[in-house]
Amino acid sequence: MNEMTKKQLQATACRVRMGVIEGTYHAKSGHPGGSLSICDTLTYLYFAKMHVDPKQPEMADRDRLVLSKGHCAPALYSVLAERGFFSKEELKSLRHIGALLQGHPCIHIPGVDMSSGSLGQGISAACGMALAAKTDNSFYKVYTILGDGEIEEGQVWEAAMFAAHYQLDSLVAIVDNNGLQIDGKITDVCSPEPIPEKFEAFGWHVIPMDAHDFDSIEAAFAEAETIVGKPVAIIQTSVKGKGVSFMENQVGWHGKAPNETEYQQAMAELTTQLKELEG
Amino acid sequence: MAEVQKKATRESYGEALRDLAEKYPDLVVLDADLAAATKTGIFQKAYPERFFDCGIAEANMMGVAAGLATAGKIPFASTFAMFAAGRAYEIVRNSIGYPHLNVKIGATHAGISVGEDGATHQCNEDIALMRTIPGMTILNPADDVEAKAAVEAAILYKGPVYLRFGRLAAPIFNDPQTYQFTIGKGLTLREGTDLTLVATGLMVSEALKAAELLEADGISVRVLNIHTIKPLDTELICQAARETGLLITVEEHSVIGGLGGAVAEAVTSCCPVPVVRIGVNDEYGHSGSAVDLLKEFGLCSDNIAAVAQKAFSEKK
Repeated sequence: MNEMTKKQLQATACRVRMGVIEGTYHAKSGHPGGSLSICDTLTYLYFAKMHVDPKQPEMADRDRLVLSKGHCAPALYSVLAERGFFSKEELKSLRHIGALLQGHPCIHIPGVDMSSGSLGQGISAACGMALAAKTDNSFYKVYTILGDGEIEEGQVWEAAMFAAHYQLDSLVAIVDNNGLQIDGKITDVCSPEPIPEKFEAFGWHVIPMDAHDFDSIEAAFAEAETIVGKPVAIIQTSVKGKGVSFMENQVGWHGKAPNETEYQQAMAELTTQLKELEG
Repeated sequence: MAEVQKKATRESYGEALRDLAEKYPDLVVLDADLAAATKTGIFQKAYPERFFDCGIAEANMMGVAAGLATAGKIPFASTFAMFAAGRAYEIVRNSIGYPHLNVKIGATHAGISVGEDGATHQCNEDIALMRTIPGMTILNPADDVEAKAAVEAAILYKGPVYLRFGRLAAPIFNDPQTYQFTIGKGLTLREGTDLTLVATGLMVSEALKAAELLEADGISVRVLNIHTIKPLDTELICQAARETGLLITVEEHSVIGGLGGAVAEAVTSCCPVPVVRIGVNDEYGHSGSAVDLLKEFGLCSDNIAAVAQKAFSEKK
């Protein structure tokens, strides 16, 4: 990836992170930690990869994305707003009564391809979309993002079995391996590891990825496109809370909104990062 | 008089899917390793490329159906009622109901008439569960003719539909030449003024027989066939409440939360009259032949007539 493109993507991802902080701060609730860990991946997908059109959010041949870890809706909403699906002002009323942006993704929001939030379900819907593409000989891709804690849900493995059986090679599942879930480290709670080996055993092609390095992200999605006859699992190593110093790798920031002071500090840090990237 | 023909509505379901496939090219069928029992195997044989076995994984099947629906397909996700409404309840609620997707759930082997398999497979709770999902339509056809019509009505309706079918062969009493099915519109099968039997599914033909028995005793009985549990035909039910003053609901389902519950809720606000609910009481079933079980649980014309007679005698 050339430096210019990379800097642009990094700057966009930084703005997406600011949207996450903006949204959760105004909502006074929500999930900043896991939202911040997927911002670079979402930015790459919506700004450099996916065939989508904010003017036609339901375009039949668009690429789809199902946020299976639906509690990280602030990141999805922020990237969709940044891409022009709706006004960034909407982020300020996230989770408010009467607002467009619900606490978890809702299919009626422009750009949101599937309602999600009850963990383990999004990947099944993504399988259905990929199956429809296959039966219709359509070429759209279906991306779904799962949490590493989320894969403790049994339904994920029902879907994993199904996707391999039907050779859903338009399906790319991204597992956000930030190592933390609500009750603590995933390895302490009820370990889903080893993650790559599990997907391999279920018949998937597995690609490791550094979730905060656009060269690694680009390479992973490029490799995914070459795979025929198998679904692809990208296991991304990420940092929960990435981009905001005091949130990084802190389990306490899984489902807690920043207060006024924390909001100011987070925005100041992200503004500094953005200035450096744009400077 | 020729012997009444019988067919299980699950069989009607499989045949209808096959017969409607050409007319509706977006129709696809999913099953969870029960195609031989749910009768979707009939469709599979004719249209293998539009049939997807999901294996014994009902939660994923419902989610896959949701995804297919977002892409314009009309998926029929089939399994036993126990697993469709029970095991997969939360997936149906969140991945199908909440986004209001165009998924049809073909639930077979509903009720006590599953028979020998016993309590684990006798689902008497599915209507109650599905009724609580906002925007869910629930169809419970009574015979072959109605079941086939219900399948096509479900295809033509855009939104989630739960279709309930039985394992046991049911008498065919509707005329395929004249029968008209409209979602949400109940049918008056018999006029009467003393009381109304409000029946659904397998119990409609039993209610008709019970009406004959009661008529012989001089009681004028109205019989309603409520094939759509949701949205309920409150107009027809409230009219019956006003005109006959006594409703007796009959269903092969728990007396909690099914047709009886829905009817009681409706008349409470429009015309409060006594509502006597016949169904499976708050208990589990057990093994036995379907016919023996239906008799034991009071889901037969003799018991319906007896309960109705008692209720009528207590009517003011």
